Parts: sequence; structure tokens; C-alpha cells
Amino acid sequence: MLIVGEKINSSLKGVTEAVKSRDAEFVRNLAIMQTEAGADYIDVNCGTLIDEEVEALPWLVKTVQEAVDRPCCIDSPNPAALSAALRVHKGKALINSITAEKERYDAILPLVREYGAGIVALVMDDEHGMPKDAGTRIEIGWRLIERLLKDGVPIGDIYIDPLVQPISTNGNMGVIVLETIKGIKDAYPDVHFMCGLSNVSFGLPKRALLNSTFIALCMMAGLDGAIINPGNRRMMSVIRAAEALLNKDKYTVNYLKAYRSGVLE
Amino acid sequence: MALLSELKEMVIYGNMAGIEEKTKECLKQGLQPSQLISEALIPAMDTVGEKYKNGEIFVPEMLVAAKSMQLSMGILKPLIAAGDLKTAGTVLIGTVQGDLHDIGKNLVAMMLEGAGFQVVDLGTDVAPEVFVDKVREINPDILGMSALLTTTVPQMGVVVEALKKAGLRENVKVVVGGAAVTPEYAIQIGADGYCPDATGAVDWARQVVQK
Repeated sequence: MLIVGEKINSSLKGVTEAVKSRDAEFVRNLAIMQTEAGADYIDVNCGTLIDEEVEALPWLVKTVQEAVDRPCCIDSPNPAALSAALRVHKGKALINSITAEKERYDAILPLVREYGAGIVALVMDDEHGMPKDAGTRIEIGWRLIERLLKDGVPIGDIYIDPLVQPISTNGNMGVIVLETIKGIKDAYPDVHFMCGLSNVSFGLPKRALLNSTFIALCMMAGLDGAIINPGNRRMMSVIRAAEALLNKDKYTVNYLKAYRSGVLE
Repeated sequence: MALLSELKEMVIYGNMAGIEEKTKECLKQGLQPSQLISEALIPAMDTVGEKYKNGEIFVPEMLVAAKSMQLSMGILKPLIAAGDLKTAGTVLIGTVQGDLHDIGKNLVAMMLEGAGFQVVDLGTDVAPEVFVDKVREINPDILGMSALLTTTVPQMGVVVEALKKAGLRENVKVVVGGAAVTPEYAIQIGADGYCPDATGAVDWARQVVQK
């Protein structure tokens, strides 16, 4: 399971101020904390600072990579900001994100190719927006994968985001995500997946319970990456347990390591 | 009146299976459609909003309550002459251009309808000129805009400016909301208000229309 630490996001409390004032220590601490908790990638997002994103995003990348030996998941729909951030990034970055929308696809693809980055691909297109059913999402996913492959992106660099939405306003939204993952995984066994999960529990109590149960179900369907707070011990425990149960953790090495370091709960 | 409070309860607890039957029973007993709306359905949704605000009920429960009310309204509305249907006010609502998120906006629209407002919903990805044209056409009391993405929030400012340019800004109260919107931003673009959720929107709309 690929863990992307979500905490360096200017829509979270305190981060906007830290980025504005270029408080490197604040950012470094978030990077170190998440890396120690098990993050494989560190997400950087400063979308709320729209006027200075082009300067702020590369600053975030540099600051993170000075503190930890991890690649970044560079999170922005703005090609100029992405390009500036990719230029200073060390190692293989993950770009978040592309869609099948024409304008977005054409703007982001050259960056993926130029930097050999991984790419998070949302199952959205111009015709359907965010499709309300699994069939359409699967179809858009297939089309996106075919297009990316044709444009020279290796299958292992593609991370499909099935679009997690609340079950509180549409009871089928959890099932739609599970079916989407499965439908795409069946056709393209080597493609990866990546998504945030917390949307699923919007409007309901005890959200952590729903979020962590949902991630286990998604892993069963084929999810192998998630954008989460790695400091969330319950979530990380469920991930380690599910990996062991699904035989994604040979000899349960990681599960036992997590147990000995005292993080399982 | 026992029947009225029974009808009210059915909305509050989202009894979608029984509410149409109960509505018909009320009518058979001689209760007036407008009375059912003002004394049972709307007060019921007020209670629902209150319970939601207090964390006693959650979004799916609010949803079935509103659906129950809609079922009852489906029977009552055709019985009321067009001019006699009192509305609390008219609200034009939509998600701004470039943004396809509709869940929050739909909840707001639903609760405003529950509170007796007439809601005109323009859907998602609404261009500034569409907002402006519709304001000119229907002259609503309130224009509500939603944005979920940090990248689409600036569209709200664009719409406010477009309203000014069209000379319509003084005719309508503008309110904004959505995950990426802050109260500070609402002030910055010169909106009249910011609401954090659906029940907040109802409280705000009532206050504004009373003035």
C-alpha cells in the first residue's frame, strides 16, 4: 500500500499561514512527522494561495525534500505551478492530477512526460463530469489508461482515482467506488490506484470508523494507494492488517514490524 | 390538532411510506392545504434543521425528512391556486463555473424549500452570465453560490462584479458557501453573507428576507 501523507495542504488549519510566511520549520516538521508515521510520498498542496501558487509550490517541494528522503505528490490543477514544482523536485514525483477532460489532459500530459512522473488520473471527462455510476467511471478509466499508454506513460506510472463521494446523500456511492476499482483492475491488473477516503463519511457520525472500514473494503477490490493522514493510527492499523490478510505483506513482516513499534491499535 | 401533529411527526421521522396517506386523511377531515404546509410541514423541517444543528440527526435523516415533505407537497400543491401559495422568498442557487460539486448545494436547496422558499436551481458549472441573466429574469431575493474547489472559488467574485456591471447588485442579496469558501472571502468579494451549512443557510435567508 502506497501511503501519501496529506497534511501539507493549505486548506488545513495553520498551513496557509505557514506557507504565506514561508515558515520552513513548520513544513519540515509536518514532513518528518508523516515520514516517521509511514508516508511513502508527501503531498504538497497550496491551492488556496492562488495568486502565489507558482512560487509557493516549488518552495514547499524544496522544503520537504530538505527535511526527508521522500518524493512528493504535487497536488495542483495549475500547469504553471506544477511545472515550477517539478523543476526543483528530486526523484520520481507523483502529479495529482489529470482527467479525461480535454483541456486538463492536454495541459498536464506534457509535464508527465517531461519529468517521467507518476500521474493520478481522475475518472472524469467533459461529457459526464463526475459520473454517477460505476459503468461510466470504469469506461472513462479504461479510456484514460489507453490514452496515457498511447502517449507513452507506462502502466505502472498511472494511479486511477475512482472519486470517493459521500454515502450520506447517495447510499450507493461506496459500492460505486468498489465496483469502479474492481472493473478497472480486472482489465488492467498492473495499473495503480490512489484516492482520498474521508469524503465517504461526510454527514455521518464516527467518521473514522467508516473511513477505516471503507479502506479495507477498497483494498479488497484492488486499491493499493491512499492519500491519508499517516498519523491516524487507526487507519494505519487497518491498512497493515488488511495487507496481511490479503497476502500483500509476505510473512506479515510489516504487520509485525508495526506491532513491535507499538503503532497497532 | 392531533392530525397536524401526526403529519408533522411523519416528516420529522422521514416516514416516506405513510405520509401520502396521512396527507389525504388530513384533507378528508377538512384541513386546508395551506394550513398543512404552514402548520405541519414547514415547522417539521424547522425541527429537523434544529436537530441537525445540534448533532441529534445526520444528513441521511435530513434527506428522508425532506423527501417525505416533498411527497406531501406533491399532493397539496396542485390544490392551491398559483397565486395563493405563499413563499418565504425566492432563492436562485448554483455551483460556480468549472466546479461540478453539487452535494452541499443540493442540501442547501432542499432545506430552503423545506423552509418554504421557492428555489430555482441552476445546477453545477454555472457561467457568470447565466447567473446574471437569471437574476434579471426572475428577480430573486437571494442569490446563493457554492464552490468546493480552491480553484473555482474566485468565480464567486467574478459573478459579484458581473452583477454590479449589469446594475443588478442592489436588487439581490448574495450569499456564498462550500468547503473552499471562508467568511473572510465572502467579505472580500462584497457578498452579503457566508453560510457554513444547510441549516445556517435557512437561518440566514429568513433573516435577510424579513428585513
